[in-house]
Order: sequence, then C-alpha cells, then structure tokens
Amino acid sequence: MSNTITKNLKTDEMILNMGPQHPSTHGVLRVELKLDGEKIIEAEPHIGYLHRCFEKHCEALTYPQIIPYVDRLDYLASMNNEFGFVLAVEKLLKIEIPERVEYIRVITGELQRIASHLVALGTFGLDVGAFTPFLFTFRDREKILNLFEITCGARLLYNYHWVGGVSHDLHPDFLRLTKEFIDYFRPKVEELNGLLSYNKIFIERTANIGVIPVDVAINYGVSGPSLRGSGIKWDIRKNDPYSIYNKFDFDIPVGQGLAGTLGDCWDRYFVRVLEIEQSLRILEQAIAQIPEGDVTSAIPKRVKPNEGISYARVENPKGELGFFIVSKGGVQPMRVKVRAPSFVNLSVFPEIAPGHMVSDVVAILGSLDIVLGEIDR
Amino acid sequence: MTTIFNVWDFLLILLYAIIPLAYIIPFALMAVYAERKISAWIQNRVGPNRTGPIGLFQTTADILKLMQKEDIVANGADKKLFLLAPIVVFIGSYAAYAALPFTSVYIGTNINLGVLYMVAISGFVVAGIIFAGWASDNKYSIMGSLRSAAQLVSYEIPTLFVIISIFAITQQFNLRELSEMQTSNILNWGIFGFDGLGYKRILLIPVLFVLMIILFISTLAEVNRTPFDLPEAESELVAGFHTEYSGMKFALFFLSEYANMFAVSGLVTAFFLGGYQSPFGYLGNLLGLSWLVPIEQVLWFLTKGILLVCVQIWMRWSLPRLRMDQLMRVCWKYLIPIGFVCFIYITIVMYL
Amino acid sequence: MKSFEEILELLKSNFSGENDISSSKEGTEDIINVSPSLIKEVSKFLASTEGLEFDSLILLSGVDDENGEKVKQEDESIDITGGTLSVYYHIESVKLVHKLILKVSVERENPVTTSVSSVWGCANWHEREAFDMIGIIFNEHPDLKRILMPYDWEGGYPLRKDYRNPEFYNGMKVPY
Repeated sequence: MSNTITKNLKTDEMILNMGPQHPSTHGVLRVELKLDGEKIIEAEPHIGYLHRCFEKHCEALTYPQIIPYVDRLDYLASMNNEFGFVLAVEKLLKIEIPERVEYIRVITGELQRIASHLVALGTFGLDVGAFTPFLFTFRDREKILNLFEITCGARLLYNYHWVGGVSHDLHPDFLRLTKEFIDYFRPKVEELNGLLSYNKIFIERTANIGVIPVDVAINYGVSGPSLRGSGIKWDIRKNDPYSIYNKFDFDIPVGQGLAGTLGDCWDRYFVRVLEIEQSLRILEQAIAQIPEGDVTSAIPKRVKPNEGISYARVENPKGELGFFIVSKGGVQPMRVKVRAPSFVNLSVFPEIAPGHMVSDVVAILGSLDIVLGEIDR
Repeated sequence: MTTIFNVWDFLLILLYAIIPLAYIIPFALMAVYAERKISAWIQNRVGPNRTGPIGLFQTTADILKLMQKEDIVANGADKKLFLLAPIVVFIGSYAAYAALPFTSVYIGTNINLGVLYMVAISGFVVAGIIFAGWASDNKYSIMGSLRSAAQLVSYEIPTLFVIISIFAITQQFNLRELSEMQTSNILNWGIFGFDGLGYKRILLIPVLFVLMIILFISTLAEVNRTPFDLPEAESELVAGFHTEYSGMKFALFFLSEYANMFAVSGLVTAFFLGGYQSPFGYLGNLLGLSWLVPIEQVLWFLTKGILLVCVQIWMRWSLPRLRMDQLMRVCWKYLIPIGFVCFIYITIVMYL
Repeated sequence: MKSFEEILELLKSNFSGENDISSSKEGTEDIINVSPSLIKEVSKFLASTEGLEFDSLILLSGVDDENGEKVKQEDESIDITGGTLSVYYHIESVKLVHKLILKVSVERENPVTTSVSSVWGCANWHEREAFDMIGIIFNEHPDLKRILMPYDWEGGYPLRKDYRNPEFYNGMKVPY
C-alpha cells in the first residue's frame, strides 16, 4: 500500500541556493543544495564572492608590503598568517632570527589561535541555535584583542611580524597582562563546556553529523582541528616543527568519538576546546622562558632574495597554512600562492554533505570553521 | 434571538473585545523589551539603554520605525494571500485571548468549551503561517512554513492528551470553572491535584507534574520558541516564513508571536498554576472591599503568566535548537506515549 | 622515510624515457620534473607504492614562468609568446612523514596536462584554481570550470604575466 503511494506520488527535487547572503555561511559562500524534502542529495559550494586578487597584488608589491595584505586572508588569525609569510621569506633570504623575536612570534601566534578558536566555537554554537555562548566567547576574545592592541596598536590586522623581526618590542606590561589573562581564562573554558559542549541538545545536533572518515580526510588534504577531529595525531608544530615549537611541551588533542562516531562535528568542535588548553600551556612556558634582546636587529634593510622557490607552512587555527613563493631575484616575488586551509577543508564538503538535512549543512560548515577571506583570497 | 439589534449589547461586546487588545500591545512591547534586557543580562551585555529611561521606549521606537517602513511585496508573491497572512496569524493569537480567564469577573467569552476553543483557534495561526510561506514565493519561506505546520499539528496531540487528562479529573472544559476549582490556597492548584479529591490527590500529584511539563513543552513548540524555533531558524532559513515581510506586516507577526507566548502561558497557568487565584487569601476579602478582589486576581494571573513568559525567554537564550527529525521524535516518541500513559493512569485513579 | 635521491632513483627505474623524469634545484629546494603525459601515473605510483605512500597533496600551484619572448605593446603592456607554464605539486606522506615537490611544465601555447584528482581528492579544487588563474587545462578532470572568477568570465587568465583587463564584462566597464 505505502509503496504504491510513494510510487505514484510525484515528488520533485528542489534546488536551494544557500547564500551568498546567508546568516550562517560565514561570509559570502554560496552552497547550491539539491534537496529531496529536507534531505540533501547533492551539495556544491560556489566560492569567489570575496575574491580580492591577493595573489595578483603580491606580484606588484615588495615583500614587506605584502604583509598587511596577508593579514586580510584569514582575518581572524592575522598573526598566524604573518608568521607563515615571514617564515617563507626568511627561508628564501636564509637569515637568522633573534631568539626573543621567535618567542614573541610564538606568544602572539598562540594568543591568536585562542582568539580564533573562540570565534569558531562561538559561531558554531550560533549555527546550531545557541546564541549565548557566542557572546561569552567574544567577551574573552576581546581581552586577547586588548593585549594585541597594547602590543602593536591594532586589534584585527596587525602588520606586526616583519621579515627578520617584529615591528615593536612588547609593551612592558604585556607579559604580566598575559599571565593575568591566562589565570582569568582557564575557568572560562569550563563555563563554555557546561553551557555548550555537554549540552544534550547540542550533542544531538552535532554527534554523528558530517563524519569525515580518516582516509577521506587525508585524501582531501583536510588539516588542522578538522583533521585531528578524525583521530589523526597530525600537527605541524610537532610533526614538522618550525620556529621554536620544539622547545615547548604540549599535547596534540585528537577526536575520540566521545559523543558519537569518530570524526563528526562534535569531535571537531571538541578538539578546538582542548587545543585552547594546550595553547595556554605553550603560552605559560613561553612567558617563563622569554629572553631579553633586540627585536629589530635582524630586519634587513632591503628584502631582495635570490632566485628560487620556498614553501613554508605553519599550523594555523584553521589548519595548515602554507606560502609558496617563487622568486626571480627582484624585490617583488614572481608568484605567491597560498595554501589556504579553509579552501582545502571546504573542498571536502560536497563529499560529506549528501544524506544530511538542511539544518546539518550549517552544522558541518560551522565545524569546518571556514573563513571566506582565506578561501577566496 | 427575539430582540432586535441592540446598540448597548454591541458596545458591550466591543468593550469586551478591546480589553485583550489593550493588553496585548503594551504587553508585547514590554515583552520584547524584557526579552532583550534578559538576554543582555544572560550574556553580560547592557541591552537597550538609550531610548527613554533604561531603554524602556526602545520597542515603541522600533514599532514606530516599522510603521514608517516601505511595505514591500515581492514580485512573484501571491498578493492577496501575502497581505492576508499576517492578519490571519494575528487574529488567531488575538482570538485565543477570548477564552483566557483574567479574573472571575472578566472573561472574553465564558464558553463551556473554552479549552477546546483555544486549541481550535490556534489552527488559525497554522493557516496564516502556511499562507505566508506559500505566498512569499521564497524557498526558505515555504520550508519554514512547512516545518511550522508539521510541528504545530504534531504538538497539538500531547496538548490534547493533557487537556483530556484534566477533563477526566475535573469534568470541566470551562476555563473559569477550572480556575474556580483551584481556589483558596496553593495546595488546591492543579499541579497539586484539584480541590475536593481526597486521598486520590496523592496518587495524582506525580502525574500532574509530568503533565504540566508536557503541556509546557508542547505549548512552547506551538509558539515556535527555542528550542523549537525551527520555522524561523535564523541560521538555516534566514527568517523562515516571514523572510519576505517588512514594515507593519512584519510587526504583526512579531506582535502575534509575543501575544501567543502569553496566551499559552495563560493556558498553563489556568490548568496547573491556579489560574487567576491567589496562592493565599485575598487582601480584598480581608479588608471587606469586594471590588479589590478582581483586581488582585488580574494581578495574580498576569504575574503567573509573565513569569512563565520569562521562563520561555530564559530557555531561548540558553539552549541550542533541535533539528526537524529530532523535534518530531521528541513529540511522537516521548511526549505522546508519556501523555497517553498519564491519561490512562488518571482515568484508572478517577474510577477507583 | 626515504631521501630525495632514493625516491628519484625509484621513479627513474620505474618510468623509463630520457626526458620524462629529471631533477633540478631551485633555490634550496630539490624538485623532480615530470613530463605532463606521465604525471598521473607518477602520482599514482607515489601514492600507492609501499615505502613512499604519499597520501596527501598539500598544495598544487600553477605558475607562469615568464620565460617566453616578451613583446612590448603600444600601451606599455606586454605580450608573451613561447615559454612555459608550470604546475608545482607539494606532496607529503602523513603516515611516513616525508615531503616531495614535483614540477610539470607545459608549453604556453598548448597548456595541457593530466589531472591528478583521482589520486588526491583535494587536487580537484586546486586544479580548478590553476585553470582559472593561469589557464592550464587538466585532462580527465571531473568538472573543470572557473572557481574564483565568475563562471562567464571571458577576459582571460588573470595570473598570467601578460594579462590585460578586458574593457567590458557583461556590459559593465571593468576599469572603473
């Protein structure tokens, strides 16, 4: 009986364009969904609405001039972006960096990682309908931005890491304030856990949703917390250490499938929560060890690397950020190509979305933690 | 039907009809303000504080702004239904007030099937929302309205289970009589078993607690509040069925949402929390001022209703949103079976 | 974990042909040059051979080598004829923790190579970007279309060195 009904009932697939103007696509992403009722048959992301020709601009700018543009890639993690870019240029130039500069870069980078993760966690809550955690995380992020403000005057786009050094030394109060921030912030993670992570409805919404199996994750080059959410212990800070990360003692949290299947949205979410704690640990060690010294002594007067290519990668909050620079020996690079983690992470989306419901699309996108500034460049 | 049309009757009816409206509009204004202020407290923010003393006139200003806005009707929209939808939705929530027992003296229409009337009239809201979704010619709207229809129709079933359970105990569909049965002190409230049941009350109390929670949850779903606010889930469907609405038409949707919140709170109050009755005696009786009693009753009813509205607001700002299938699961797999078991249990107890 | 020389030897012994596999040094990086016709087979070999297991493509970047003959136009812009466009593949083994850079160069006039998206999933979008920006055509790609530029963009490939803004796009003046 029911079979004959479904056989004769004429149903139609619906094409739903989610975005580019949509509250939860984290910017101007358009996802073309082919729907059967609320179920997704096919999902195709269309990107490029925020294309600002970063790579073309780079070919007309000198290396130090590019740094402010780099800030605008993943605008939630500008410090880490600069970190990656200056590493790539320094690799071309083959210059030694003073130790204090390395520590400053690590400290700012880890603070930025916490800030970026806070935005990721908050907006993920927002995507599944919990508004309050969003403002809780933004309250704490504000404190980090204050720290950056006393460091370099800017709150979002810093232009702080320079080739061979940093633009200013730290503010005399910076280390004390950072310590205060760590003490203040530790209990707040617990608060977030109570409010969101272990919330029954939140787990219902995110567990077993958007599962990225291990082999798919590696094949699609997924990186960062999204890869670790699938249970792979892979962190460039450990596996291919750059700067001075080999001096610090920290763990790589991985997803364990505590709420549901390994590699689901909740795992990716929770890896970020755990990473905040690890970043705090690195910060504590770095603050205790940071030496005195001059931070601008190694900054070259003229950045003019020899011919060659260089690829430097850093562990960004979103994943592996790489800068591929081709130099022909001038003061301008011939080609700069960004390995944007969000771009690569999003490319797995058409693979994992089918079979889920419309509400899950926003959960999956939120758990991948994409930033369109970086995807479209 | 022997008398011809009487002007005074007509004026009386008009007066009776206007009283709820005179209440709904200020209530909705204050409820929106309360929603914003309470959410601000929850989220460590300040909330509206610029318009008037501590921001009290913020919503009034918002409504004034909405009135001035251009009334946009999208090109592909079905114009007649599009215009009709907010009115139908508002009528649905406004008409529900007719049966709400504000005091023992005033009740819009003291019909004997008051409870069933409220359930029936809420169907207007479903119709209006489907009108809105269909007429907007917007995919998000149609999805929102379909979700809403499925949700409202499903959640009426547990509501009805609670209602017939109460009917089995009290033999009453009349909301005023129901309130009258919960008189004199807090132990006579519906949640503690009704007056005059003797030892059976002890058997009924746990079930009544469960029933009250079922009623609260299902009415929460019927007014589309978090965690059941899927029809207007802003992170998925932009704004659901009212995506295409602007200006005064949007304001009507907004108004009826808040009016609905109080109406269902009133229903829960009338069933379980003593209706308009004071939890202890009346000051008016004590002083021998009989005109004071109805005023106290209004105050008690409003206090209880508004407290429940505050609970709704509190829940909205602390919980995430369910998914459609989970929402249906909560209803069909948990609320309805539990409601049914409670109903059977109550009939057995009442038969004893 | 295998060294660069070992991998090079392995590749050379498995893929005969004088000019198909060669190594070069650009700056400090060692690179294996692969001919366009072979890149898919080489990728498959690198991904599936035991001891290599390059299971992840980090980055695929198209580069305009700017090594052709430059002709200056009247309006100061240049035209390039001849020379090559290149694709760099940064690959890595998550399991064995080693990295490798492959390079494929194609002629500017006939920029055709083979897609590796059947080997590494993320190559799909990277190749679309290289097509969009540099104009390299990847055969056997499942859905080769523009990714960052509008789908109906006809003004050419923006990251080529001789790119010029078109006058109009869909009737709108471009240099505004």
